[in-house]
Amino acid sequence: MIPAQFDYVAPGSVEEAVAALAEHGDEAKVLAGGQSLLPILRMRLNAPGVVIDLGRIPELQGVTEDGDHLVIGAMTTYAAVLASEAVSTHAALLSKAIATVADPQIRHRGTVGGALVHADPAGDVGAPALALGAELVIAGSGGSTRTVAAEDFFEDLFTTAVGEGELLTQIRIPKHTGWGAHYEKFVRVSHQWSIVGVAATVRSEGGSIAEARVGLTNMGSTPLRAKAVEEALVGQPATDEAVRAAVASVAEGTNPPSDLNGDADYRKHLATVLTRRAVLAAAGA
Amino acid sequence: MTITEDRAADAASPEIGKARRRKEDQRLITGRTRWTDNIQLPGMLHLAMVRSPFAHATISSIDVTEAKAASGVIGVFTGEDLKDIQGVNITAWPVSAEQKTPDHLPVAVSHVAHAGEIVAVVAARSAAAARDAAELVDVDYAELPAVLDLKEAAKDEVLAHPDLGTNTSAVWQLDSAGQGSGGDVEEAIAKARESGIVIEREYRQQRLIPAFMEPRSTVVDPTGEQVTMWSATQVPHVLRFCIAATTGLPESKIRVIAPDVGGGFGGKLQTTPEEFATLAVARKLGKPVKYTETRSETMVSGHHGRDQWQKLTLAAEKDGRVTALKVDLMADLGAYAALVGGGVPVLGAWMFNSIYKFDAYQFNLTNYYTNKTWVDAYRGAGRPEATYAIERLMDELAAEVGVDPMEIREKNWITHDEFPFTTVAGMTYDSGNYEAATEKAKELFGYDELRAEQKRRRESNDPVQLGIGISTFTEMCGLAPSRILGALNYGAGGWESASIRMLATGTVEVITGVSPHGQGHETAWSQIVADKLGVPFESVEVLHGDTQIAPKGMDTYGSRSLVVGGEAVVRAADKVIEKAKVVAAHLLEASVDDIEFSAGTFGVKGTDKGISMPEVAIATWTGHNLPDGVEPSIDADATFDPDNFSFPHGTHLCAMEVDTETGATKMRKYVCVDDIGTIINPLIVEGQVHGGLVQGIAQALWEGAEYDEQGTLVTGSFVDYTLPTSADTISFVTDHTVSPSTYNSLGTKGVGEAGCIASTPAVVNAIVDAVRQFGVNDILMPCTPERVWKAIEKGRSVPGEGERDAQPHFDEGVPNQDPGAASEGSQA
Ligand SMILES: Cc1cc2nc3c(=O)[nH]c(=O)nc-3n(C[C@H](O)[C@H](O)[C@H](O)COP(=O)(O)OP(=O)(O)OC[C@H]3O[C@@H](n4cnc5c(N)ncnc54)[C@H](O)[C@@H]3O)c2cc1C
Repeated sequence: MIPAQFDYVAPGSVEEAVAALAEHGDEAKVLAGGQSLLPILRMRLNAPGVVIDLGRIPELQGVTEDGDHLVIGAMTTYAAVLASEAVSTHAALLSKAIATVADPQIRHRGTVGGALVHADPAGDVGAPALALGAELVIAGSGGSTRTVAAEDFFEDLFTTAVGEGELLTQIRIPKHTGWGAHYEKFVRVSHQWSIVGVAATVRSEGGSIAEARVGLTNMGSTPLRAKAVEEALVGQPATDEAVRAAVASVAEGTNPPSDLNGDADYRKHLATVLTRRAVLAAAGA
Repeated sequence: MTITEDRAADAASPEIGKARRRKEDQRLITGRTRWTDNIQLPGMLHLAMVRSPFAHATISSIDVTEAKAASGVIGVFTGEDLKDIQGVNITAWPVSAEQKTPDHLPVAVSHVAHAGEIVAVVAARSAAAARDAAELVDVDYAELPAVLDLKEAAKDEVLAHPDLGTNTSAVWQLDSAGQGSGGDVEEAIAKARESGIVIEREYRQQRLIPAFMEPRSTVVDPTGEQVTMWSATQVPHVLRFCIAATTGLPESKIRVIAPDVGGGFGGKLQTTPEEFATLAVARKLGKPVKYTETRSETMVSGHHGRDQWQKLTLAAEKDGRVTALKVDLMADLGAYAALVGGGVPVLGAWMFNSIYKFDAYQFNLTNYYTNKTWVDAYRGAGRPEATYAIERLMDELAAEVGVDPMEIREKNWITHDEFPFTTVAGMTYDSGNYEAATEKAKELFGYDELRAEQKRRRESNDPVQLGIGISTFTEMCGLAPSRILGALNYGAGGWESASIRMLATGTVEVITGVSPHGQGHETAWSQIVADKLGVPFESVEVLHGDTQIAPKGMDTYGSRSLVVGGEAVVRAADKVIEKAKVVAAHLLEASVDDIEFSAGTFGVKGTDKGISMPEVAIATWTGHNLPDGVEPSIDADATFDPDNFSFPHGTHLCAMEVDTETGATKMRKYVCVDDIGTIINPLIVEGQVHGGLVQGIAQALWEGAEYDEQGTLVTGSFVDYTLPTSADTISFVTDHTVSPSTYNSLGTKGVGEAGCIASTPAVVNAIVDAVRQFGVNDILMPCTPERVWKAIEKGRSVPGEGERDAQPHFDEGVPNQDPGAASEGSQA
C-alpha cells in the first residue's frame, strides 16, 4: 500500500499553516494524527500534491481551562485527553467516549481535532462533542478566527464547517462538572467503529434527573443530538421504567445506514435500547 | 541451583512431553527473521499487479504505453507477453474423471473470471514506481454477466465460464450401500418418515478469508544455473513440481525456498498466479524481481475457504437412535479449481457421520464455479463443514426427542471398547475414548451447574439468556496414505521424508520434508530426535523449506507434519542407530547382537563397556577404524507412507450469553478436552488449540466474505472483514485424554486443525440453545447480533414456531435458510 507521491511541509505555527493552505489551495491536505488520512492515501482514494503536517505546532496541543470552559487543542491526541484530569472531571462524557476509540496505538496517534474534521458518522467523538455543547474554533486566512457551535459544525458525511483554507484549532467545552456520564458503544469486535453509539450525560438531583444531554453516533450522516429525549428525561427518576418511557422515541427522525453490521431498522431498535442503558449508567442507576 | 544441575536433570528426563519454549521464537520475536519481503538482491526489480475490477469480462485491449514511459519502469507485461512461459495454475485433485476444469492462467490473456484477477504486471526500480505505473495501464474490458451466488450457479442460467457450457465442475458420491459399508439411506429415511423422526435442515458454510499475518511475497532470482524462488508458501516442494510441470523449466533447474513464513492456515497451500507471474517476469528480464502483496490484494486474490450449502436429512428412531444420514452438498469453488480445490469438500465425506454409528449414509457433492475468488483449503478443509453439520443436527434431534443433547450423542457414539471401528463411511478409526473426554470436559465445565443457571434464567425471563453448546467432534488428518489418495484421483502421494546427518562434532542435522510456517516443528522435532538418539535437545538442528537442503517432501497442511513427517524422522533415527550399532560393535570388539542402545550410549550386554553416539559419529567421520565393507556414514534417510489417517477427537463445551434485547452474544465459558494421542510438546499443543478455537469461533460469530451484486468483495479490508483480536476472546480451559494412535510409533494424532474443526458448532449450538424457547432453531453464520435479534423477534412473532414438527421443511419460509434473505438482511 504505497500512496501516490506528495510534497510534505511542516509549519511551526497556525499562521504558517494557514499560509501554506492558502498557497497550495485544493492541492493540499492537512495531516493530524494520520489515522484516517493515511489509510485514505495508501488506498489511493485521494492523492493530494502537498501534505501539511500540523504535528509541529505547539499551540495546537494540550488541554487548558478557561473559566467555565475546557479548551482542547485540535492536535491533542486521544491518549492525552484520556490522561487529562481536567477532562475527566469537567467533561467525563468525552473521556468515556474516547476510551472506546480503536486501540491504544491509534489513540496515541489520532487527535480529537482530526476526528472532528474527518466527521465519520461512525466516529465516537462527534456525539459527545454535540451532547456537551462544544464550540469549535476555526482559523482562516489573514489571522481570522471564527467559532462554530457543534450543532452547526457537522454538515454531512465527512463534511464540516471547516472550509477550504481553514483549520480547526480548538475545541471549547462548557464544563459539566459533577455530571454523570456514559458512552454506550455497540460493536461486534473490539476494534470496530460504532455500529451505534449513545453518549449520555446527566445531572442528578435527589435521585432524579435534573438535566440530560444525549448524542447519537452513526444514526445519520452526522452525529445527532436527541433533544426531545433530553427534555423528556428532565424530572424523571433514574429507574428502568421511567427512563425506558422517556427514551422510547429516540430513533424517531433518525436516518441510520444499512450495512453488514445491521440494517437501519435494527439500528433504530439498538439506539432505543442503548440510550436507556447509557442514561441509566450516566445517572448511576 | 546451577546450570549444570539443571542440564543434568534435563538429560535424565525424556524430552517428549516437555513444555519446551519454541527454539525458533527468540529469533522470530526479536526480528532476526528472513521473511521473503526482507530479501534484497543486487539489481532487484519490484512488481505491481494490475487487477481486474470486474468479476467477469473479456479483455478488449490493454494499452501499456503510458505505463512503460513512466519513471523507473523497466517493463510492463500482459498475459499475451507472458503466455509462452508463464505456466498454468493447476489443480492436483480433479475429483472425477469428468470434472470440467477451466484453464487458470497466472496473468489473464483474453478474459477474467473474478474481480482481482491479474491482467498485467509492471516491473520497476522501486515498489512505489511500479505501483504508480500500474495506475497508468489502460485496460479496456467488455463486461459479461457474472454468476455470484452458489444456488444461482446451480441453475446454469449465467455461466462463470461460458465455454464450459455449465457451472458444474464435478459430481461425487459416497454411498454406504454402494460401497458395502452400511445400509440403504433412502430405505432408512422412508422407514423413519413412517415410524420415527426425520430432521431436515439446510446449513450455510459462509465464505471465509484466510488471514495469515505475513502477506504473500515472492522473490525470483533467475541469474544462477538454477532459478531460485523464495516464496511465503506452505508448499515449496509442491510449488517446484507445479512450476516444472507447466512452465517448461526442468525440475532440476528450479530451487524453491520457503524462508520464515508467517502463518498460512491453508491460505498458503497454493501455487499462486503471483508466484508464476513473478517467475515469468524474472525470466523475461533476466533480473531478480520481488512481488509482495498488500492486504487488500490478499483478500481479493488469495484463495478463500468454505462456501457451501449443506442439505441434510437425518433419520432416527423415536428414542433418538440415528439410522441414516443423507448429505446433499453444494460447494462453491469460485472461479477456478484451485490446487486442492474440488477435493476440499470431498475431505468432508467421511466426517459427516463423525463419532457416531449410523446404519446408512450417503454423501452427494456437486462442485460449482462462480465469478468469485477461488476457494481452497482453509484450516480444517472439509472437516469443519462436516462437523458443523452433524453437531448442529445432533442438537436438533435432541430438541425433537426432548432430551439433553449430550444424551443423544451418548446413545449414538462409538464406545471405547468398540475400537478399532469401521464407520458407515468406510473409515477405520483406530483409537479413541469419547466417554472419557466427555466426562472430563463436563466436570471442568460445571455442566450441571450451568444447565441449572440456564433454567433459572429462562424461568425468570432474564433479558440475558444462557445457552450450552456441545461439539463431540472427531476428524481425519495426517494427509495421507498415498494409496487412498490415488484411489481418490489426487495427483500426488501423501508420504513424507526425513534425513538425519550425524556431524563429526556430535551435533545432529535433521532434514524434514515438511515446511513449517509458524507451528514450531524445529522444537518438536528436536525433542523427538534428542530422545531417540540420546543427544541434548540443543545439539539438534532442524532444516527445512528449501528444495536444495530438503529435496524431498510433501510439505505442511492437513495436520500431517508430526504424524507423517515426525514418523519419518523417527524411522530415519532408527536407521542411524542400526548403522551406528555396527560401528559401535566393531569399536567395542563385540558382536552386533550384543549391542544395546539406550540414552545415547551403545553398551555391550552384561558388561559396563560402552561408547556414546557422538563418539561413534566421529569414529565414522574419520573412517580410520571401521569394519570391513562398512561405508563411513551413519547418516540415514527415511520416507514414511502412513497406512491410515489419524483421528483426533474431543469434547468441546461452550456457554454463550445472549442479550435478547440487542442480539449481542458473549462467551461465558469454553472448555475442551482433546484426545490427540501422545503429546510431544504441551506448550505447542496449547498454542495450536487456542488458535484453532479462535478461528472456529470466528466463523461462528464474526467472519464472512460478502460480495455485492457486481461481484466486488465488500469485505475487502479488515474494516469490514471483522477478524477478532485477543480482546474479543476469553481464556479457554483446555485439557486432554490420551488414546495413542496405532498408525505411528509415537502414538501421535494431528492437532493443527482440531480446535478450528470443533469450535464452530459448539458456539452456534450454544446460541441456538439460549434462544430455542423463542422458537429459534437456526441462525445463519456469522451469528451477528442483528441476525440473533431478528431470529428471536421472528420466533416470538410466529407462535408455535418453536414446536415446529420435524418433518420436511426445505421450503423458503424456514428461518435463515434462504441465501436471498441472508444477503438482503446484510447488504441492503
Ligand atoms: C484501525 C482503526 C480503527 C479506528 N477505530 C475508530 C473508532 O473505533 N472510533 C473512532 O471514532 N475512530 C476510529 N478510528 C479513526 C481515528 O479515530 C482517527 O484518528 C480520526 O478519525 C482522525 O484523527 P487523526 O488525528 O488521525 O486525523 P487525520 O487522519 O490526520 O486527518 C483526518 C482528516 O481531518 C483533516 N484534519 C485533521 N486535522 C485537522 C485540522 N486541525 N483542521 C482541518 N482539518 C484537519 C485531515 O486533512 C483529514 O482529512 C480508527 C482508525 C483506525 C485506523
